[in-house]
Amino acid sequence: MGKYLLRRLLNYAILLFVAVTLTYFLAATQLNPRGLFEVRNPPLDPASIEATLLQYNLSDRVPVHERWWTWFTGVLQGDWGYTVDGGHVNDEIKRRMWVSLRLVTVGSILGIVLGVALGAWTATRQYRASDRAATVGSLLILATPVLVIATVLTILATKFNQASGIRLFEFTGETGERGTYPLAALVDRGQHLLLPTIALTLIGIASYSRIQRNLMLDTLGADYVRTARAKGLRKQKAVMKHALRTALIPTGTYFAFSVATLFTGATITEQIFTFHGMGIYGVQSIQQQNVHGTVAVTAFAGVCTLTGAVLADVMVAILDPRVRLS
Amino acid sequence: MSDQLANIPIESGIGSDVDELSSDDAERPGGAKSTGKRLTRRRLILRRFLRNKLAVAGVGVWIFLILLAVVGPMVSPWAFNDVDRRAYLKPPSEQHWFGTTQSGRDVLALTMQGLRKSLLIGLLVALISTTVAALVGSFAAYFGGWTERVSLWVVDLLLVIPSFFLIAILVTAGPQGGSSWLLLVLLLAAFSWVLSARVVRSLTLSVKEREYVLAARFMGLAAPKVIIRHILPNISSLLIIDATLGIGGAVLAETTLAFFGFGVQPPDTSLGTLIAEGQRLATTFPWIFLAPASVLVVMVLSVNAIGDGLRDALDPNSSSGGKAT
Repeated sequence: MGKYLLRRLLNYAILLFVAVTLTYFLAATQLNPRGLFEVRNPPLDPASIEATLLQYNLSDRVPVHERWWTWFTGVLQGDWGYTVDGGHVNDEIKRRMWVSLRLVTVGSILGIVLGVALGAWTATRQYRASDRAATVGSLLILATPVLVIATVLTILATKFNQASGIRLFEFTGETGERGTYPLAALVDRGQHLLLPTIALTLIGIASYSRIQRNLMLDTLGADYVRTARAKGLRKQKAVMKHALRTALIPTGTYFAFSVATLFTGATITEQIFTFHGMGIYGVQSIQQQNVHGTVAVTAFAGVCTLTGAVLADVMVAILDPRVRLS
Repeated sequence: MSDQLANIPIESGIGSDVDELSSDDAERPGGAKSTGKRLTRRRLILRRFLRNKLAVAGVGVWIFLILLAVVGPMVSPWAFNDVDRRAYLKPPSEQHWFGTTQSGRDVLALTMQGLRKSLLIGLLVALISTTVAALVGSFAAYFGGWTERVSLWVVDLLLVIPSFFLIAILVTAGPQGGSSWLLLVLLLAAFSWVLSARVVRSLTLSVKEREYVLAARFMGLAAPKVIIRHILPNISSLLIIDATLGIGGAVLAETTLAFFGFGVQPPDTSLGTLIAEGQRLATTFPWIFLAPASVLVVMVLSVNAIGDGLRDALDPNSSSGGKAT
């Protein structure tokens, strides 16, 4: 099993390297940091523009493979490069990484746990009222862009705040004004996290419950579950140990690949609720022709996906006896 | 209802594929056509599809939306770029059914114009990406060896790169103006075929050892012909479902890009662009946001319902399609 995981890891490392390199070439050739200086009024001295660009390894007059090599040797030493105005990408990433993590962790964990539970439960109650209600609800959420879900939640929360006279929901940023009572800081953070977490949880529940329900329907009808029942196992035990466990394997794989989509999906949540996280940094980098920032965010997303993939491999190895024993 | 069904491009696409499929199937048992009362596969699928109320409703909604997008702008008293100087940010009224925007434009006219573009984007992206997925997946599985390894590796690579940022870079750097949405279509398609290609591959692996495929091969038919004539028609049900669900996915992806200004560029507009504009004022002037948002949700919801219905109708093993045939 160790060898199997090691081989996968090596493959992932190569994939990541190629993906990040391709992104670098794309960003370095398509984005135009020089344009930022050329629109200045009064116009700047071309020689000093060139000097600044050269200083930060951003000059488009240097062949792109040379720039890549300078950048890559920097990355190997943990330096992700600078923006044209001298900002260090590392500083931004370091700060924003935690913002992103704080934003998505609770929501995605709640989403997958509740989603799997709901999916498994509705599968055992196929075509009953509860199953139909859950199906319609999740289809509705899945058809709604995150943007719309988040905005509708904001509208509803504003109504709620106005109606009740309490500012329960906070909309902007991670922290705001807070009282002086004990744990006030924590409560304040919680209030700001409430809406984005609801949004992320809803989406998670919707997608995972659909997947889990379909998988469970397949395994519930499987011969081995019937055999387990025929041998006298209680229904609950047969469902939990034989049907659910088998059905969890593909969900694990799906979870792995959705870590990255969660990350870009969170870009919108970050923007609407003004969390200064990684996704927004990526968008701003592209808008501000920031080559190194763009590549760093892409690399971060790639690492997220691959971490997810490794986790999925480990999970498959633990859950699937065929992999575990071979 | 059945002639309504024939109006839908997706549906008529199935018809032709399924016909081939049914003749293949019917010849095998020998003399299946002689039993007069037997249903053809096409009728059977239609029947099973009609049994799914949600899917049928979805078809109805789509016909309505297509009419709205095609005929709506001709009938509407306001063009999408008309400015009403007496009505800035006015709530829904008799003159403006869905209200007006900050610049005095009619929200209904804008929504219809945006719907037009979003429908076009969804259909084109789904068509292109399913075609690419079908070709890459089936060729990879059919040839095996290096072809398969290389294509699987490309699939993995595209899954690792966050497509959103790459599309954003290329849209920012790419040409602006009237036809820039075509670039957007190509980019969305370029990143959305990968997962389906994997599914197509695994299905092809099971189909390629069937007798009729082997027979075609041994008769000396060239590989591309074997794949297009004998393998793809037999996984057509998956392809149809994939394309249907791909429409919704593409529309949602465009919305996300549009929110950050990477979507359809002005003066052109799409539902995503409209939602993004309306979102900024959503808590105080919700109508600008609600009209395009609800049209978008209804559109994606109904196309997904159609996809679900098609899955049940086309998949002979599906347990959710009802008990009887």
